[in-house]
Amino acid sequence: MIDKKIVLHFPRSLVNEPIVYKLIEDFNLSFNILKAQILPDREGLMVMELHGTREDYNRGLAYLKNSAVDIQLLSKDIKRDEDKCTHCGVCVATCPTDALRVKKDTREIIFDSDKCIACELCIDSCPTKAMALHF
Amino acid sequence: MAKTIEEINEKIKSAKAVVVTAEEMVDIVKKEGPGKASVKVDVVTTGTFSPMCSSGAFLNIKLPNPKMKMQKVFLNDIEVFAGLAAVDLYVGATSMRRDDPLNRMHPGKFLYGGGHLLEDLVAGREIELRASAYGTDCYPAKEMKKTITLDDINEAIMCNPRNACQNYNCAVNTSDKAIYTYMGKLNADLGNANYCSAGQLSPLLNDPEYRTIGVGTRIFLGGATGYVTFNGTQHAPGKKRNKLGIPTAPAGTIMVTGDLKEMSDKWIKGVSFTGYGASLMVGIGIPIPVIDEKIAATCGASDEDITCPIVDYSSDYPNSTGKTLGEVTYKELRSGKIKINGKEVITGSLSSYYRAAEIAGILKNRIEKEEFKLGIPQKLLPRK
Repeated sequence: MIDKKIVLHFPRSLVNEPIVYKLIEDFNLSFNILKAQILPDREGLMVMELHGTREDYNRGLAYLKNSAVDIQLLSKDIKRDEDKCTHCGVCVATCPTDALRVKKDTREIIFDSDKCIACELCIDSCPTKAMALHF
Repeated sequence: MAKTIEEINEKIKSAKAVVVTAEEMVDIVKKEGPGKASVKVDVVTTGTFSPMCSSGAFLNIKLPNPKMKMQKVFLNDIEVFAGLAAVDLYVGATSMRRDDPLNRMHPGKFLYGGGHLLEDLVAGREIELRASAYGTDCYPAKEMKKTITLDDINEAIMCNPRNACQNYNCAVNTSDKAIYTYMGKLNADLGNANYCSAGQLSPLLNDPEYRTIGVGTRIFLGGATGYVTFNGTQHAPGKKRNKLGIPTAPAGTIMVTGDLKEMSDKWIKGVSFTGYGASLMVGIGIPIPVIDEKIAATCGASDEDITCPIVDYSSDYPNSTGKTLGEVTYKELRSGKIKINGKEVITGSLSSYYRAAEIAGILKNRIEKEEFKLGIPQKLLPRK
């Protein structure tokens, strides 16, 4: 079984298709939607965590690709601008997954993008706007 | 045995001075006691890097030809104070652009303010200047629009009326909805607790009774060398103090001055607080001459020995009730969680301890290399 976070970009033509429904129905994948922005006749965007067997996951992803959905692995989506970050640590209290945490000895703020679920709570809390979403 | 600042400067000159950071001093005093530590150590370096709203700079713009007595001036669309001589201006850290929606769409973002303008100047970025005037016989020009950088400005002098506050509140919210403050977003029902001090590294907490800091003290300011030029506004030395004389609430403050042209945008950073406004993070470091055992003891105080009040920013702070929800040590705050009314609350820091330690290290290095001598204060900060 695998868990993977992916970002889907839907072209305008696909926005009205039940793409995600098919992932459950045809490929036995369960999912958790982390972020979604889908508007009629516009490009759509969805950040989701997929869970299933490796075989089903690969088949599901192949189906998405064949449907002209652009897929991107999530890990790099929230980025920290190292020049802007002052290591104050106000973000640490907002982070639900410990992706942002304090290094015990030096009190440097560590950003572990593997743990990041792109919830964006840190973006607003950051005084220097060092945290930003990239697609 | 007591030492004078002059004697310590002689030691610095002959490369015999022992300089340690306030972090290192904690261990030395713990192991050897304040008496021995005061003989061994000559200077303790401190640091803080934190939002400090009462900050800004005087700028003197090059006079255009024909000359102009600027009356209304905008830099990157921020109106700056021009009620001085012809081309003298003051940029304050919290001023906003004229088209900023502020809090009309609550909570506002305040993405570009005076603090960001100061950072842009220090970084050498281009700034749009627009000025208007009523025109006089000696200053006939009435309009001016020009792109400038820090190089086009005659003098750029940082002059911050209140910086490096000695201790600060730990801010919480007991109401049932989130509030937006200069201490960040405070979530409902004690959702988080934000604090803002370098604690054991903080300049004024290392010399809590102002026995070495005053007008003329040479400091690290925004990466450059600056000076304490007076006590800051709202300097309140009369706050309750612990056995070591360390105040248990916000107390002393300093006014500081330095050359903006020598500063670095690493240590002068514009910041935005959602729903509150814009400000400036300023890096400050002060060397404390270890003149006697008493000052060694306070420089040796650790985050465990320094406490601050927990204040409810949903009611007690805005209404100045003076009530607190208790006291907490910086050691507890830095553990990541504290207990308030029996509830476990996550803590967040607005002041960068990591960068404060870096400043203390830089200052130590500059003194050891004889690039930095201690200033002799002409008048100590008021103790009453």
